[in-house]
Amino acid sequence: MKAMASIPQQVEEVLQQRAAAPSRRNFLKSAGMLAVTFSALGTDPVIPAASAQTAAASGAGPYPDPDFLQLDSWIVIHEDNTATFYVGKTDCGQGTGTAFRQMMSDELDIAYDKTTCIMGSTDITVDQGGSGGSTAIERDGWPMRRVAAEARRVLLEMGSARLGRPVDQLAVSAGVITVKGDPSRSVTYGQLIGGKRFHVALTGNNINATTGVAAVKPVQELKMVGQSPQRYDIPAKVDGSLKWAVDVKLPGMVHARNVKPPFAGARLTGIDESSVRSMPGFIKVVSKGNYVAVVCEREEQAIQASRQLNASWEKPATAPFPSSEDLFQYMRGATPTSTPNPRVVGNPDAAFASAAKVIEAEYEVPFQGHTAIGPAHATADPSNGLMTIYSNDMKSYGMRTGIATFLGMPREKVRVVWMEGPQGFGRTAADDAGCEAAYLAREIGRPVRIQWMRNEETAWDTKAPAFTVQVRGGLDAGGNLVALDYHALAADHNHLGYNEPDTVLIAQLMGSRRAKPAAGSAATPSEMYAIPHRRMTAQVVSLPLVWETPLRTGNLRDPNGPQSTFASESFIDELASAAKVDPLEFRMKLLTASTIDDTGFKRARSIAAVKAAAEAYGWDARPSPKRSGAGNILTGRGVSYAFRGQTIAAQIAEVEVNRRTGRVWVKRLVCAHDCGLVINPEALRHTIECAMLHSVSRALHEEVQFDTEKVTSLDWNSHPTLTHADAPARIDVVLVNGDPSPNRPDLPPYGAGETACKPMLAAVANAIYDATGVRIRRVPFRDARVLAALKAARV
Amino acid sequence: MSNLTLKVNGRIHTLDIDPSTPLLYILRNDLGLQGPRFGCGLGQCGACTVIINGAAIRSCITAASTVKGEITTLEGLAHEGRLHPLQQAWIDEQVPQCGFCQNGQIMTAKALLDKNPNPTDAQIREGMSRTLCRCMTYYRIQAAIRRGAKVIADARAASEKEVVA
Repeated sequence: MKAMASIPQQVEEVLQQRAAAPSRRNFLKSAGMLAVTFSALGTDPVIPAASAQTAAASGAGPYPDPDFLQLDSWIVIHEDNTATFYVGKTDCGQGTGTAFRQMMSDELDIAYDKTTCIMGSTDITVDQGGSGGSTAIERDGWPMRRVAAEARRVLLEMGSARLGRPVDQLAVSAGVITVKGDPSRSVTYGQLIGGKRFHVALTGNNINATTGVAAVKPVQELKMVGQSPQRYDIPAKVDGSLKWAVDVKLPGMVHARNVKPPFAGARLTGIDESSVRSMPGFIKVVSKGNYVAVVCEREEQAIQASRQLNASWEKPATAPFPSSEDLFQYMRGATPTSTPNPRVVGNPDAAFASAAKVIEAEYEVPFQGHTAIGPAHATADPSNGLMTIYSNDMKSYGMRTGIATFLGMPREKVRVVWMEGPQGFGRTAADDAGCEAAYLAREIGRPVRIQWMRNEETAWDTKAPAFTVQVRGGLDAGGNLVALDYHALAADHNHLGYNEPDTVLIAQLMGSRRAKPAAGSAATPSEMYAIPHRRMTAQVVSLPLVWETPLRTGNLRDPNGPQSTFASESFIDELASAAKVDPLEFRMKLLTASTIDDTGFKRARSIAAVKAAAEAYGWDARPSPKRSGAGNILTGRGVSYAFRGQTIAAQIAEVEVNRRTGRVWVKRLVCAHDCGLVINPEALRHTIECAMLHSVSRALHEEVQFDTEKVTSLDWNSHPTLTHADAPARIDVVLVNGDPSPNRPDLPPYGAGETACKPMLAAVANAIYDATGVRIRRVPFRDARVLAALKAARV
Repeated sequence: MSNLTLKVNGRIHTLDIDPSTPLLYILRNDLGLQGPRFGCGLGQCGACTVIINGAAIRSCITAASTVKGEITTLEGLAHEGRLHPLQQAWIDEQVPQCGFCQNGQIMTAKALLDKNPNPTDAQIREGMSRTLCRCMTYYRIQAAIRRGAKVIADARAASEKEVVA
């Protein structure tokens, strides 16, 4: 540990560049409070925000936790009347950082373009958990707003003292406090506190409850909220200047690559180090249990050595899993690891017995990968007995704790510096590469950068669980849905948690075992339909291999939602078809049949969203399927709807199906979306577009395939994704505010990162049915599967 | 190891390096040009794309010794402090989400427009089809390419007019 008298110039330059405003370090320096503790960062410029040991930190140690009960931990006002916000979130590309700045600048009454936002590094930002669960604005935006409001209150009091007028005779705008009626008398925030600390304590039992004395503004007084400033992170992503977690370079840094078991459940029986020892740049083979990595001076050397290393492995005595062809049959025959515990409404058995018509169907969704565009990566610096991990982990705070435990290091000696990375959809919630980099860095005694190769990432990243869902529905003589029985099985046993030091892959490969694997979960539908009698059952099944498996499951964007909704909303369409009713009208009837609503008016808002989607599309009411025309291209449209939390999405997909090739093109998409108060409409539209297309990709292309020894999906050919050729010709996003009370200014903001993923698989399947009369109940709808189904039906 | 000379973004670099090294690692690790990124190492995704002799090349599968001609990376697209019209179009259309693949999207689009300044929608889809984006920003990328093409065409028309005048 060496105390730095001043800040390395290059670090300062990067700070300026990244933040485009004075850094916290500068602030501290100018305030005469600099007590910087540095690891051997050297002179490399890729160091994000300052890492000063601030007075607002609680506890001791080199990297104490920033104290969320100190206003100084959240907001710094600079002498030039700009502000920096420090928040404990990470942005995966949805523009949440921009939204935080909008919300906080509104409450602080400072110009939006005079603010910057620093996120997600454990030693300088408070622990709001990083990102996940679409909670950034719905939950974590509140303490941000409240602390900004508190800062405004404190500044007004200071302005009152400076200007000699009571607060109620002052006005504030854009960081300038003026005397009402005498605007010549004014003082700026920067003049009042620039370069100094607030020294204001906040209250709250936990970080989500953090508050000062001031109240947040009523929605009518918000100015930036509801506008669409461009995302601040985009220019540096377009001109090549952004430094990402993959870009970290440290003095003395070396490169590592993993050597994964060639078969799932294989046991390492020997390593012949002589196979790589003479390779240029070779440093070391690191191995413990079944974990193996090779470390070399240069990146391409590590890649080469990892391929050349001669290691021997023993196959497990029994097959780790069935092949992907036999998966669903296996799942249906497996004894669930969870108890049934159905949710029952009314008397479904009696209702089925008296139903005029009963139909049933079974739907299948395979394992699907997160398959981020960039594989897992991290760089760890073990200098001076500390550990710094440079990472794109969406949950950097949990990663810090997990790695400290994994390495047996005191938590205050470990920090995670969050930097941008490839969108992972939940992949980095269990950040394998971060743990590996830290472990290897300690073993080698030098900074280590590790990156997975594509075949590793596609085969071994965390997976969304496979689902098989049986659904049965009963219609009365009038075509009304009177009974529904939904039974889902998910291959989700031992679902991975967040950066758990005993379940992350390196720990599993090293032999770590929990007494009891995590239970996992399945899911039931999320809709507001009035169905008088229903039974909803969701159960988990296990594959034979539970640990060290490439089919380990983890949260993938709207976990379980796309799978369960594919089944439930496809089946609603099948019921509508059986009743010979337009599928959108069938849904509207189910939504309007009830008068019961929840506290968030989810039923009323669902009705408004479905109506809005129909209107935006220009829905032509008629039962499906459409009469198929002549020619090779058949067209159709499908609707689907769901909610996630309090956010509603109603979607319509229009498809072209090529009856000669089986190719499905999703030509047009509509989404009517209600997430309450909208912070940044344009960024929200972008998020919804991309979430829909992610699910179109899952609907059309994505499936993890495996034989009885290993995953055989290893790259973009064997786990394909949506491409430019698939992009729709038109996307319409309608932002709905379906609050039934005209007297209420607005609902609060709800999460918006994931809801639009949920209904889309069914919308596409329903559109294919409308176009062809053929119901595809198995995801993905690849050309060959669709073509076979069309041929079987003689379409 | 042997001496290798590369011209990148107008500058000449001489390195003592294994000539079979993929260009990507030299650009990123030796020359500090980190616009191109590792996505697959297989030439499938395009995140590592650079432009050599007007063609979009996947630097992850290109041995440095085979490079003949000047290399342009994302960092070299701006001219005299002004972003390339495609980069500006990317900002105007707010294209990226995470942005990790956008190096490949922009460089592939630039090579496409250099060859075909006025592509049809079908030609854009075809020309871009092997450049992957897991955030699924395709819809906006295609809009940005149309916008960039128009800006480039308008600028060309204006400069031709000037020459005529």
